[in-house]
Amino acid sequence: MAPETDYLLAVEGLTVSFDGFRAVDDLSFYLDRNEIRVVIGPNGAGKTTVLDLICGRTKATAGSIKFDGAELTRMREHEIVRAGVGRKFQTPSIYEDLTVFENLEISFPRGRSVFGALAFRRDSEVSDRVEEVARSVFLHDQLDRSAGTLSHGQKQWLEIGMLLIQNPALLMLDEPVAGMSVSERVKTAELLRRVIQHRSVLVIEHDMGFVESIADKVTVLHQGRVISEGSIAHVKADRKVVEVYLGH
Amino acid sequence: MTFLNRKDALFILLLAALLLVLLPMVLEPFRLNLVGKYLTYGFVALGLVLCWGDAGILSLGQGVFFGLGGYCMSMYLKLEASTPEATKIQSTPGIPDFMDWNQITELPLFWQPFHSLPLTLIAIPLVPSLLALGIGFAMFKRRVGGTYFAIITQAIAAILTILIIGQQGYTGGVNGITDLRTLNGWDVRSDHAHNVLYFINAGLLLGCLLLAQYVRRSKLGRILVAMRDKEDRVRFSGYGVADFKIFVFCFAAALAGIGGAMFTLQVGFMSPSFVGIVPSIEMVIYCAVGGRTSLLGAVYGALAVNWARTSLSEAFPELWLLALDSLFILVVVAFPDGLAGVYRRYLDPVLDRLLPSLRRSSLAHPSAVLPVEPVVSAE
Amino acid sequence: MLMGYSFSDLGSIMAMQGFAGLILFSVFVLMALGLAIIFGQMGVINMAHGEFMILGAYVTFLTSRAFTTYLPSLFAGYFFVAIVLAFCAAGLAGMAVEWLLIRHLYRRPLDTLLATWGLSLILQQVYRSVFGAREVGVDQPDWMMGAANVTDSIQIPINGLIVMALTTLIAIGVYVLIFRLGWGKQIRAVMQNRAMAGAVGIDTERVDRLTFGIGCGIAGVAGSAFTMIGSTSPTAGQLYIVDAFLVVVFGGAGSLIGTIASAFTISQARSTLEFFLSGSMAQVVVLLTVVGILMLRPQGLFVLKVRR
Repeated sequence: MAPETDYLLAVEGLTVSFDGFRAVDDLSFYLDRNEIRVVIGPNGAGKTTVLDLICGRTKATAGSIKFDGAELTRMREHEIVRAGVGRKFQTPSIYEDLTVFENLEISFPRGRSVFGALAFRRDSEVSDRVEEVARSVFLHDQLDRSAGTLSHGQKQWLEIGMLLIQNPALLMLDEPVAGMSVSERVKTAELLRRVIQHRSVLVIEHDMGFVESIADKVTVLHQGRVISEGSIAHVKADRKVVEVYLGH
Repeated sequence: MTFLNRKDALFILLLAALLLVLLPMVLEPFRLNLVGKYLTYGFVALGLVLCWGDAGILSLGQGVFFGLGGYCMSMYLKLEASTPEATKIQSTPGIPDFMDWNQITELPLFWQPFHSLPLTLIAIPLVPSLLALGIGFAMFKRRVGGTYFAIITQAIAAILTILIIGQQGYTGGVNGITDLRTLNGWDVRSDHAHNVLYFINAGLLLGCLLLAQYVRRSKLGRILVAMRDKEDRVRFSGYGVADFKIFVFCFAAALAGIGGAMFTLQVGFMSPSFVGIVPSIEMVIYCAVGGRTSLLGAVYGALAVNWARTSLSEAFPELWLLALDSLFILVVVAFPDGLAGVYRRYLDPVLDRLLPSLRRSSLAHPSAVLPVEPVVSAE
Repeated sequence: MLMGYSFSDLGSIMAMQGFAGLILFSVFVLMALGLAIIFGQMGVINMAHGEFMILGAYVTFLTSRAFTTYLPSLFAGYFFVAIVLAFCAAGLAGMAVEWLLIRHLYRRPLDTLLATWGLSLILQQVYRSVFGAREVGVDQPDWMMGAANVTDSIQIPINGLIVMALTTLIAIGVYVLIFRLGWGKQIRAVMQNRAMAGAVGIDTERVDRLTFGIGCGIAGVAGSAFTMIGSTSPTAGQLYIVDAFLVVVFGGAGSLIGTIASAFTISQARSTLEFFLSGSMAQVVVLLTVVGILMLRPQGLFVLKVRR
């Protein structure tokens, strides 16, 4: 189907319909290695659905998603993760009953099979890496705390940390700064600028200031289709984009 | 041992002392045998802690696995008791008496392996696990869980009971498999045998408790808790969620099977009344009363509920059911963590103050984390 | 030819067993409707549902006794009075249970299952103390015991027809209540977002209590119908709870038509098979088939598409 490319992620002809309603309609886009792409669009444009499709949470009706040469539409969720795709959910999704350390440790990419998990040992490699990641997400002095007691912003950071420890080649973030205080936002932007090095990132975000500060390229979705793509300046000047946002 | 901190070790030793020293010293043989019977439910309760308490998978069919283990054991014992000499008055000597009564003239194929003790011992945990594997594979791979899973397991308990009762010629019907005598030549009916079996049972239970504790303290145990909380996050951290559920369900089934086999040995028979819907839910009750997130709690729960049932039913035959059921409802509504939850909330802090040397909380136990007031980020 | 029966014989057998299954079908539908309302709309598993049904059966029993003693001339019509009383008694008991127990557990579905199980045991014990452990049978008026001859070889029992008519009425009533009047919307609104439903002026506690009460009331009516096919005993309800749950799940929870279709399929399969196999084996075969299908199709047989 899709020709071999040197893109990290190649989405082609992607379509999904729920009861006849096409949430994503014949969507194609390409993501380079080490590129930072922000997906924007009005509510209901299908942004989160695109992330769901890439990470296997929703099965595509038609089309292909090629990641590093592998066809993701035929893989199960955990296989997609192991192939190197990490995904952060819109609302913080962490294990409230476990400590911060345990949250990060579970995400450490070793012992992921049943018996691997039984034999898993908490050696220095694990604890060093957990500490390192905890430091980068500002949680190194909270390691023994139950994650359920963290603030909203800290939970978001913890989830980002849980992705970092997997060291994914493609990082997908769904509204990483939503619901954060202004100071948390600043810290998160700094965090993201640091972690997005050496990997490709796909971000959904509404906060235009934040988008401008990190994006290489912007894709604008509307009703499940791409209506504009390019640099921020290009997209901002695009009449169709302006219509979509003002027409509502 | 890294999976036990000092406090765990202390409490497990206390349980061991209670089971292996104190109870055998103070109880007469008949009572001790009763306690041994109660403890066999402890095996099931241990499995439920992992399966239900940790992973959030409520099985209402644990009686099925308990029964399968028990039937495996009783089939072996029955064959040993049905030698051609002992059954020479039958029209077909050498087969179990109930088969003869039902005009069956040849031992059915599925009974054949139970001539062998090693095969029987393998079958006791294996048969329940294989059934659990089949059910788990069908259900968890399709992401069926929660109440649907509970209902399906309950239906399976109903089916197996009806099947056992309906197929008397092969299963002994509603009376079950009775009149069991010897295990590899050793008479299991004597007081001495009961005494020995009690210690074997208690030792096995403690062994299973340590094994379960090992599983809980491994990363697998933390993944189970994580799955109960945020299944999708676990999946998107690269784990095959269904595999973990299948594993823990099979593990619980194997434990229940061992419990069932020990039950048969100590009580001397096995019948469908330990398989169906009612006994299956009662096993959940033991676990709930003791504390669904505490292995020790589950064992004490099985002991306490059964002990209360026996003594109350002797003293107040009319009222004990009402009392037990009301207690159960109260526990579910007001104390979802059972006796262990009450202990953790009220006694544990006191103990920590009295014996500070026991506190060693490099990393709190997953489910031992008590709710703390949420702390707003220091900003 | 099958097992020595000719095809016309088989046709008659199917038809007769089919009509014999009418009351079983009605009991299933009524039990399952009540459960489906409570489970499908509120997400609560009511394990004591069978005991509410038996409450209805005991009320029917008491009504028949009262008519025999005080109003023997009106005995022919007692059944209709009994149905109303059974509905009210089971419904009020259900509302009381909701207030005492269920409302504390809305966020913990597995715990409602356990708590209502405890409740079912308590109710059984209460029945045992009040009515005795023995089974009681209810006398039916003569005119209901007859049968209508359709052809030479096919007869339809009259009581079956009455219960069928009643079931149809109740099913239509439930349909109107849930899908035509605003009630179903209110129930779903409360279930999906309690706080928001409260904020837009829905009395959430009242909706919960009435929904649970109606579900239990319908179980009470099922109990009235049940007195025609079985003897009422404290534990009789427990035998039906698994079947009733399977009917609900098999039909796809929340789908009224699905519930009826699956009740029909299961009860008919069972009563037809009972002619060829022993009663217990017929039950095993049907239950196994249902569980097998549910393992392949967990969303139920009659739900076409599920959006995850």
